[in-house]
Amino acid sequence: MINCEKASTICNKKQYKEATLFEQIQLGFHLLYCKACAAFSKKNKKLTILCERAYLHNLSELEKEKMKEKIEHNI
Amino acid sequence: MVSTSINMTENQLNPASWVDQYADYLFNYAVARVSDAEIAKDLVQETFLAGLKSAKNYQGAATERTWLIAILKRKVIDYYRKINSKKGKAEVRINYSSQSDSAGDWLEENVADPFSTLENDQIENAELGQAIQECISKLPKKQSAVFVMKTIRGLSTEDICNELGINPSNLWVMVHRARTNLMGCLNENWFKL
Repeated sequence: MINCEKASTICNKKQYKEATLFEQIQLGFHLLYCKACAAFSKKNKKLTILCERAYLHNLSELEKEKMKEKIEHNI
Repeated sequence: MVSTSINMTENQLNPASWVDQYADYLFNYAVARVSDAEIAKDLVQETFLAGLKSAKNYQGAATERTWLIAILKRKVIDYYRKINSKKGKAEVRINYSSQSDSAGDWLEENVADPFSTLENDQIENAELGQAIQECISKLPKKQSAVFVMKTIRGLSTEDICNELGINPSNLWVMVHRARTNLMGCLNENWFKL
C-alpha cells in the first residue's frame, strides 16, 4: 500500500518513463481506490501529451548568454 | 546598467531581464512561424535589439511581453518579405495551353488540399506551444528550470541533479509542483480533448 504522495511521485516519474515496473503496479493498485489520484493521473498524462504535441523548443543557456551579452553591449 | 523608460505606469521595460523572461517564449513563437531554429534565434535577437533601440517610444500601454511580440511579428513579416524578393515571381496559369506545359512543377499542382486538416493542427499546436511557454514563464524560477530541463531538453534526472545541486527527491517535488501549476495555468480547453 502506498499513500497519495508516493502515488503522485510515481505518476510524475511515469511521465518521464522513469518509474520501475514495481512502482507502476503499486500506482495502478492505488488508482483503483483513490479517485483524487486517478483524476490527477489522467490530467498529468494529458499534460505530457500536450507538451509532446506542442513540440516545444528552447534556447540553450549558452545561446541565451550570447544574447544577453549583445543586449548589455547595446544598452 | 541604464533603466529605460521612465514613466509612472506600472508597465516598464527592463532589458536586462528580457532574455531570462521572454527568450524562450519569443523563440517558440518564431520557430512556429519560420520553422527554422537558426533563423528563429536570429529573429529573437533582432527583436531584442530593436526593442532597445525603440525603448524610448515605449508608452507603457502594453506589457513588455506584448510589446516584444509585436516587434517580433514585424520581424517575421520582414523576413518573409526579404526571402520573397529574392525569388523570381511565381507563375500561375489557369490551364495548360500545350502539351509541353503539362511537364514541370506548376503552382496549381501544389495548392493546399482543401480537405486536409494538417494545417489546422499545426496552427493549433503553435498556439498550444505559446500557451505552455507562457505558463512556464509564470512558474517560480527553480520550478521552471527543472521542468524545462526535464521535459523540453530531456535531460536525465542525474544530470539535472548534478547541474542544479539537488537530490532526486528534491527534483521530483519540483517537477510535481511545476506540473500541478501548469495544469492550473493552462486553459481548461486544452484538457478537454
